[in-house]
Amino acid sequence: MRTTGRIVATTLALALTGVAQAQDIVAITGGTIYPVSGPRIENATIVLTNGVITAMGASVAVPAGARRVDATGKWITPGLVAASSTLGVVEVGAVADTRDSRARGKDNIAASFRVWDAFNPQAVSLPVARQDGGITTVGVMPSGGLIAGLGAVFELREGASAESMLRKAPVAMVATLDASSAAGSASRAEALGRLRTLLRDSREFTLARARYDAGSMRELSASRADLDAMQLVLKGTIPLVVAADRASEILNAISIGKEFGIRVVISSGAEAWSVAPQLAAARIPVLTGAMNNIPESFNALGQRQENLALLRAAGVQVAIVGNGAGGEDNFNVRNLRYEAGNAVAYGMSWDDALRAITLTPAEILGVSDRVGSLSIGKSANLVIWSGDPFEYATIPERVFVAGKDTRIMTRQDQLTARYRTLPVKY
Amino acid sequence: MRHIVVLLCVAGSALQAQETSSTATPVKPMALPGTGAVALPNANPFPSTYRAPASRATLITNATILTAAGPQIDRGFILLRDGRIVSLGNGTPPAAGDAEVIDANGRYVTPGLIDTHSHLGVYAAPGGEALSDGNEATAPTTARVWAEHSVWPQDPQFPRVLAGGVTALQVLPGSANLIGGRSVVLKVVPSVSVQGMKFPGAKYGVKMACGENPKRVYASRGPSTRMGNVAGYRAAWIAAETYRRRWDKWLGDKSGDPPQRDLEQETMAEVLRGNILVHNHCYRADEMMQMIDIAREFGYRIRSFHHGVEAYKLADVMARDSISGSLWSDWGGFKMEAIDGIRANIALVHNAGARAIVHSDDPSGAQRLNQDAAKARAAGAAIGINVVDATLIRWITLNAAWALDLHDRIGSLEPGKNADVVLWSANPFSVYARADRVWIDGASRFDRMDPKQLWRTDFELGWVPLPSTSTQGRR
Repeated sequence: MRTTGRIVATTLALALTGVAQAQDIVAITGGTIYPVSGPRIENATIVLTNGVITAMGASVAVPAGARRVDATGKWITPGLVAASSTLGVVEVGAVADTRDSRARGKDNIAASFRVWDAFNPQAVSLPVARQDGGITTVGVMPSGGLIAGLGAVFELREGASAESMLRKAPVAMVATLDASSAAGSASRAEALGRLRTLLRDSREFTLARARYDAGSMRELSASRADLDAMQLVLKGTIPLVVAADRASEILNAISIGKEFGIRVVISSGAEAWSVAPQLAAARIPVLTGAMNNIPESFNALGQRQENLALLRAAGVQVAIVGNGAGGEDNFNVRNLRYEAGNAVAYGMSWDDALRAITLTPAEILGVSDRVGSLSIGKSANLVIWSGDPFEYATIPERVFVAGKDTRIMTRQDQLTARYRTLPVKY
Repeated sequence: MRHIVVLLCVAGSALQAQETSSTATPVKPMALPGTGAVALPNANPFPSTYRAPASRATLITNATILTAAGPQIDRGFILLRDGRIVSLGNGTPPAAGDAEVIDANGRYVTPGLIDTHSHLGVYAAPGGEALSDGNEATAPTTARVWAEHSVWPQDPQFPRVLAGGVTALQVLPGSANLIGGRSVVLKVVPSVSVQGMKFPGAKYGVKMACGENPKRVYASRGPSTRMGNVAGYRAAWIAAETYRRRWDKWLGDKSGDPPQRDLEQETMAEVLRGNILVHNHCYRADEMMQMIDIAREFGYRIRSFHHGVEAYKLADVMARDSISGSLWSDWGGFKMEAIDGIRANIALVHNAGARAIVHSDDPSGAQRLNQDAAKARAAGAAIGINVVDATLIRWITLNAAWALDLHDRIGSLEPGKNADVVLWSANPFSVYARADRVWIDGASRFDRMDPKQLWRTDFELGWVPLPSTSTQGRR
């Protein structure tokens, strides 16, 4: 990696320092910054003012009144972005009462399901992802059925309300093509046919709403609310995130995208590497993991750990989704950074891997204007790491979310402290 | 066959291996009955047919060696010949003779990794009902079933785990049942039959399970509660003790007809005689304490608690009773009995003087036991428990070997022990490290750069595309 001592300072910073006494200003000095959107900066200072990055560079002055944080010898990256999880909508996977990620829907279609309405800001797995994993932004996605519903993006602010944590909603419509049984069909072709019918009906519905409301239209394949929600996909406001593993199913998803002129994102994507040129040509991003290499189903026979590197080499936009994401293993969403390290071990460049857990998922989810990289004007979400963030020996020493130094002891930290010396004293 | 006696190989501070005040039945190896008489228990009806292939000697030089038996050796050599470790050290390497010489050039050498908790072969890929053979969930106690009879040697997960440096593993039945059946220890080698994978001379284990799984599976017919679970274990041991006594008496005096054989009780009685090791799936500390009392009541030992997400709450008791902990680095929160999982669990168990083991219970985790160990160490370091590489390696080698009672043969690099060896591309506790070479009994079984050595199971032929050589990774 090339080192530059680029100075980034703006009039925004100057304007803000004038009223410093009313400001919450943090200046982090001495660390090596990996902004993702630009080359790394050594011995850098980054200034956070009222939750926003206001200055960053090797020769930035520390504003008067700023709280200083010495990061000498540390690595500083954007807060990590976990593109797909059930954080906040599943607490304990095996306890039904704590699961809100799946809608019952109708005929396996739940397009109008707003999973974020169930988001619980008190969920104990949220600070685990943040304090252990350096994750500050999460995609919260519904699961199950042909159309699972709408997902949202949350910021892992400490002690905040769901409303103030919600960054953007909706950000995606989630669908499943593979695993036809999960999609409620008896054949992959039936699942594909039902998806195509839903998209056609949704298009027809919006062209003839008056007729629909008058009851003079043929019966459509989904409820009014679901047909309405599908307009977001048809208009291109949000992507259709299609869970597909088998290469032929991924190609089917590409076809659907072309046929209806909609944005498609492939998730899971076990065999995506084998159709990488087609994905690149269609400009379809892929959300996938870096530690999957088992032919664990007949959809995923070609699954391999080089998937991300091969996709990237073909020019496909890729975001890393951990084993702990999407599968309701919410404790281990924190392991996203190790997935990135494994992607590097299997051929991805370090810079690409960092981008795949920061800026790229932010772009795919439509929140890159605010998060995913370190630059002036962006939300002050960053992590001070003790070393290479992908390495096991490294810990996230400080995690800033919207400029706030989050320090909560997780429930797990409290248990650890309680039993550090045995026998326990309650 | 001579084996080196392994000394000083316990984790961390010396184990307080004091005897429990137990009413244990004196452990006597069962006398071997005659062969071929179906009226008599056959101790080994499915004998191992594994034979180490003849192999060229191997001399690795210039390596950082984590022996699991002592301090790290820098710029060291290790010589493998005739399936055994001949010598190792950091002096002048011995004359190579006909050996393949590998200049490790700073790369790392460790013992082959050992997974104490695997379901490879019994829950084979690509999954589905047809290959779901790990839980005989038809009765709450099924000590009569043996995991080896479910193992599919063509499970494509085997070569992947080998590529992760695992050379031996224990395949267990699942956790649906209070007593799930016998485990089997396998070498990770291709074979037509499971017998060709069985570790010669390895003891059997028996799988027991606490808590949520049995009571969920048997909710409609019992046990449906934790107290029902405990009653189930105790009733089973009472029956087993009666059976053992009747058989041991007959084996002693051979008077009259032998008692009726019972497959269920044969396994149970062998546990009571100390010939089969107990591997107990148990999450919560309070339940583990109860399992310890049950073991004491019936006079058997628990060799390892598996999963034990709350092991850190009774690590002192585990150390006192010489119970190892086969644990995850960071799983937790996925069900109620797992909500108190902490990442420092393994480090705290180690720190208390018990044998800490990183296990997988997962075909993905089994490929990365080294990474999980590194993760667990970092959690320990965060609370002031520091573990050096030379000690950490035991969590995935020698301590695991002890849990299988194979620590005199595998698990560390010492002269005379089996030549189960991994050559790593870098420090194995780095996320960037990969196994470059793996030897089992001195025979090269995996070479990342040599496509000719790529083990492809029968299943993979035609189904699974061959990786192209251009994507071998950067290191």
